[in-house]
Amino acid sequence: MLEHYLSLFMKAVFVENLALAFFLGMCTFLAVSKNVKTAIGLGIAVIVIQSITIPANNLIYSLLLQEGALAWISPQLADVDLTFLGLISYIGVIAAMVQILEMTLDRFFPPLYNALGIFLPLITVNCAILGGSLLMVERSYNLPESAMFGFGSGVGWALAIMALAAIREKMKYSDVPPGLRGLGITFIVVGLMALAFMSFGGIQL
Amino acid sequence: MADKPKDVLLNPLFNENPIALQVLGICSALAVTTSLKPTLVMCIAVIFVIALSNTSVSLIRNQIPSSIRIIVQMTIIASLVIIVDQVLQAYAFEISKQLSVFVGLIITNCIVMGRAEAFAMKNAPAMSFLDGIGNGLGYSLILLVVGFVRELFGSGKLAGIEIFKTQTDGGWYLPNNMMLLSPSAFFIIGFFIWALRSWKPDQVEESN
Repeated sequence: MLEHYLSLFMKAVFVENLALAFFLGMCTFLAVSKNVKTAIGLGIAVIVIQSITIPANNLIYSLLLQEGALAWISPQLADVDLTFLGLISYIGVIAAMVQILEMTLDRFFPPLYNALGIFLPLITVNCAILGGSLLMVERSYNLPESAMFGFGSGVGWALAIMALAAIREKMKYSDVPPGLRGLGITFIVVGLMALAFMSFGGIQL
Repeated sequence: MADKPKDVLLNPLFNENPIALQVLGICSALAVTTSLKPTLVMCIAVIFVIALSNTSVSLIRNQIPSSIRIIVQMTIIASLVIIVDQVLQAYAFEISKQLSVFVGLIITNCIVMGRAEAFAMKNAPAMSFLDGIGNGLGYSLILLVVGFVRELFGSGKLAGIEIFKTQTDGGWYLPNNMMLLSPSAFFIIGFFIWALRSWKPDQVEESN
């Protein structure tokens, strides 16, 4: 049992890394990876939000949206299928969770709140979060599995952005052709990183 | 700021390309480009969503209180994406399966949000519509280039039609499997940006 969750975790972190294998959260990934410090802050914020929203969306899906899920309210609702409302509810949950987290941090952990700053609201529109929820539904994880998947995929994303930020800090000293400077070379670096991460592919735990 | 309709429509193609210059909307773009057909569907979906969301946001831009504008924009975009998703599932089920979660991810596609926020909140509906189409086309341009290269060299086909006869079918072409994997998309976009910036040197960034 434990092994099952451990392998799910490892898979979410390395083999199916949200950033490098699924291209999720690319906008922030490329825009906010200029130095390691901010990358770490954003990475932590993503881990926290992922671990909360994916299980929360899992509950919403299995208790409200899935076909026949409303049967627990009354038997007449047993054949109601609300899956088409999925997208709008997930994004609502994500926006609400980010807001709640922001207020909680502001109230109880001001230093962390100040450190994360602008990144918290930005996370709402980070595709990695919504993508994580949609992948969870597509693969029909149950509650503990989705909690594990959420945490793992958050860690994987954080790992990737920290690595990229570190590489970009070093790259300040290299002589890049003018047309490739900035965005161009970043794409190529990310491509190489994705190639490296692919060596994890096929690992079975 | 371009004010003529033609500029609004055509500027995003090369001068202010959303992917190559504004770093927007890369997220959902790359994983769907392994072959041309899903790429094309994705492009149409994005153009549809971005044009209509820009128009609707612009129509009610004077009624939206600025403190809740993000949520209003989100709701409009999410509703449009649901329409696209349902239509695809009904009429193009195969392709909808192939695109899997990436149709839903149009919601968080930064181009849509970015244009709603940066352009539609300040301009009249007709202009916003054109801006939406233009940015959708700029996005599609890159996607189609990437999809074209990946499918042609990855499996020797274009939109499912055989161009190079592969060795497994007795032809001469050995498909480059790396083109079907994710890293190749990054390389292609990287080189595309390089080419674009060599052509238009004013887009070159000063330093890292």
